[in-house]
Amino acid sequence: MADFEVVIGLEVHAQLKTESKLFCSCSTRFGSEPNENVCEVCSGMPGALPTLNAKAVEFAAKMGLAMNCNVSLGSIFERKNYFYPDSPNGYQISQLDNAICQNGYIEIPVGESTKRVGITRIQLENDAGKSIHSQAENLSYVDFNRTGVPLIEIVSDPDMRSAEQAVSYLKTLHSILLYLDICDGNMEEGSFRCDANVSLRPRGQEEFGTRVELKNMNSFRNVQRGIEYEIARQEDLILDGEEVVQETRLYNAEKNITASMRGKEEAHDYRYFPDPDLIPIKLTEEQVAGWKSELPELPLEKRARFESEFGLPEYDANLLTQDRAIAEYFEAAVGCFNNPKKLSNFMMGQFMRELNERSIAVADVALAPEHFAELVRIVEEGMISTKIGNDVLPELMEKGGSAEAFVKEKGMVQISDSSELESVVDEVIAENPSEAEAYRGGKHKLQSFFVGQVMRKTRGKANPALVNELLQKKL
Amino acid sequence: MSITPERVAQIAKLARLELDDEKQRLFAGQFEDILKYMDTLNGLDTAGTEPLYSPVEQPTPLREDKAEKRFERDDIVSNAPETDGQFFIVPKIV
Repeated sequence: MADFEVVIGLEVHAQLKTESKLFCSCSTRFGSEPNENVCEVCSGMPGALPTLNAKAVEFAAKMGLAMNCNVSLGSIFERKNYFYPDSPNGYQISQLDNAICQNGYIEIPVGESTKRVGITRIQLENDAGKSIHSQAENLSYVDFNRTGVPLIEIVSDPDMRSAEQAVSYLKTLHSILLYLDICDGNMEEGSFRCDANVSLRPRGQEEFGTRVELKNMNSFRNVQRGIEYEIARQEDLILDGEEVVQETRLYNAEKNITASMRGKEEAHDYRYFPDPDLIPIKLTEEQVAGWKSELPELPLEKRARFESEFGLPEYDANLLTQDRAIAEYFEAAVGCFNNPKKLSNFMMGQFMRELNERSIAVADVALAPEHFAELVRIVEEGMISTKIGNDVLPELMEKGGSAEAFVKEKGMVQISDSSELESVVDEVIAENPSEAEAYRGGKHKLQSFFVGQVMRKTRGKANPALVNELLQKKL
Repeated sequence: MSITPERVAQIAKLARLELDDEKQRLFAGQFEDILKYMDTLNGLDTAGTEPLYSPVEQPTPLREDKAEKRFERDDIVSNAPETDGQFFIVPKIV
């Protein structure tokens, strides 16, 4: 890739977490029976008029504020005209140059440092419906439940230079949306979708190459693989002296290729014009300032504070702040046991492993942060070993309650009584005379063998520091 | 910009309209007239004038975000030329 520079811009569609649709009061609930949440407005009946959802405006503006955009005090809606059965009006209500948020930027993590990515605009628009196609009957079945659900489309500047940077940008965006609690972020159900514009240009050239729009990448991994494939494809074309055609291509995750989406090109003339049914969205400086003051601490700020206030390594701070609920759980635990690094180790290890394995969120964890803190504290105090701490965590996360009471009830408390351990150590030495001989003869590596034997006899409950101490004394 | 009958045919196609040759020529002439009038307007000095998107001065009325079910499914799908009672049915699109 030495000869070419990759240029990537992303368009992200995020479904807003409103109760009702953008221009009518139908429910936005996912998974209803087909066409249950439909009215005259979202089914495009003649003469039906749209009324804008106040919450959607607020959410879009907040996203803009979180991404350092200018929030327009007078933005307008445009009609994007095209015919497709899942868009019953014959147009999508969207925004263009005069969108609600413009000219922002975010910092994204790239390796050890960060990179600034420009945000061209954030536009409010309505979603299309869904169709099921029957080959056998030669028919399509259309469901308008999703038609009219509010979306924001976040358009980036063409600032990314690799698939990794594109994924890092997406993850940053995703985490901001979740922090603001304005989108559920579910990529598989389509509430967070991404299209990528990818082009190559000879290194040093200012002018952009011909770009290809990539669609249908419904996971971070697929975004990475789809873009990588597309870069390689375009590079091959250019090196073979062929032309990259400006087109839309679909990523096929099964085959890991991109394929041309034929037929859409001729319809690419959307003939945008201001929607005469909707007058400009007027906001006041006070409204915007009020929303700005309501913004929560954002992931990057929280990460910096976790490093400075809790003395956590960058790695820990980054991992703990990706999900706002995890970050808040962690902070609540630190409030109960002030040992951030030990809490972080448990949190990043067994705690997150358990969340992943059971595919659950922090909200589903029955263990309160103070009892999680209690568990880490009793490990630190030597009441139980780290291993037992890790072993009991999944059950505690499921059932909740006091960690101390739990390990006492199960008889898992570590043996830190030297007289009790002394007899076990004596036993182990007596049972393994030749190893004891070898140890005394200088094979000090055998220490761990003896520790293992003691642990076996005590079912892991012996205090390891004490065992080592006793062994050295006795051998 | 000169509007040819071919350009009219292209615009008609995007709007799913069928126009015969005579209509294409007729509309090409009318489009030309409209654009010429726009050219006249373009001659005005509008520096310092805010673009006007709507002659209505009051702000967009906003609706509170409350979900409400105002129709049964049948009220809506029964308007379709073809339905199975659940879906709108159309000729296959892909």
